[in-house]
Amino acid sequence: MPTVRLSFTPAPAHVRTARLVGVAVARKAGVSADLFDEIRLAVGEACSRAVALHRRHGLPDLVDVLLEDDGDFTIRVTDRAPIDAALGPALPDLLDPVALLDQSPPLTSHNVTPGDAAGAEAASEEAVAVNMRLALLAGLVDEISVRPADDGPGTEVRMTWPAASGRNGAGRP
Amino acid sequence: MELSLSTRTVAGHRVLEVSGEIDVYTAPQLRERLIALVEDGARKVVVDLSRVEFLDSTGLGVLVGALKRLRGVNGDLALVCAQERLLKIFRITGLDRVFTICESVDAATSDGNSGPGAPAGAAG
Repeated sequence: MPTVRLSFTPAPAHVRTARLVGVAVARKAGVSADLFDEIRLAVGEACSRAVALHRRHGLPDLVDVLLEDDGDFTIRVTDRAPIDAALGPALPDLLDPVALLDQSPPLTSHNVTPGDAAGAEAASEEAVAVNMRLALLAGLVDEISVRPADDGPGTEVRMTWPAASGRNGAGRP
Repeated sequence: MELSLSTRTVAGHRVLEVSGEIDVYTAPQLRERLIALVEDGARKVVVDLSRVEFLDSTGLGVLVGALKRLRGVNGDLALVCAQERLLKIFRITGLDRVFTICESVDAATSDGNSGPGAPAGAAG
């Protein structure tokens, strides 16, 4: 049973709102306060990913965040980007971070204008961010899955944390 | 809380003090300021994250970009961070091996600050 549902236009400014809601609902669900930093970061990363996908594809559709307190605390973030495009950036090969420094920006031809060079730099930073996003999600959240959305195009990032101990039986190790 | 940026000079280093939250919304401001610093001639840059309450992957991307930009002009970037919750983010992503991370501005601006996090010769 959904506890809270949040939908927002794919604008970076709203990602912070999603983080605040994520932690507020987690607190209400009885999730250990030790996990709040992790939840704040994970919700932000999942929502940033969705916003980036929508913007890349020029999709005005809302990003959906579903927060459920059903024994466990589950957050599902759903984007509406074409599935191939969405799954690609979601599951890239993780680069060695040290190698990031050696990567050239994607556009380094001889006669790039300053504007192109700045764009290439920004694209390069975005590529780094996508890698770091995956590393953070994988490193922070024990239970996480990325799969096609149940309805229509898009993918769903599903993350689960233990809620109040005792309500879902024995606590987890 | 949004982002607040201020710059000062300490022992020949340009120190950018960042307060607030660095995320997908505010990271572009940080990026612009770091680019401006380099364009103004700064080569030894320290980004002080002591007052940063939140840092996400977009912010990490901007910091890596700034490091690459500075290395490209024979400069260098050091970070100041002693907060465990931010240090954890650098560890999880492996970026603790990429950045020189110091506990204080004093440590970052004193000579010989290139600690174990600074891969030598990466400016190539």
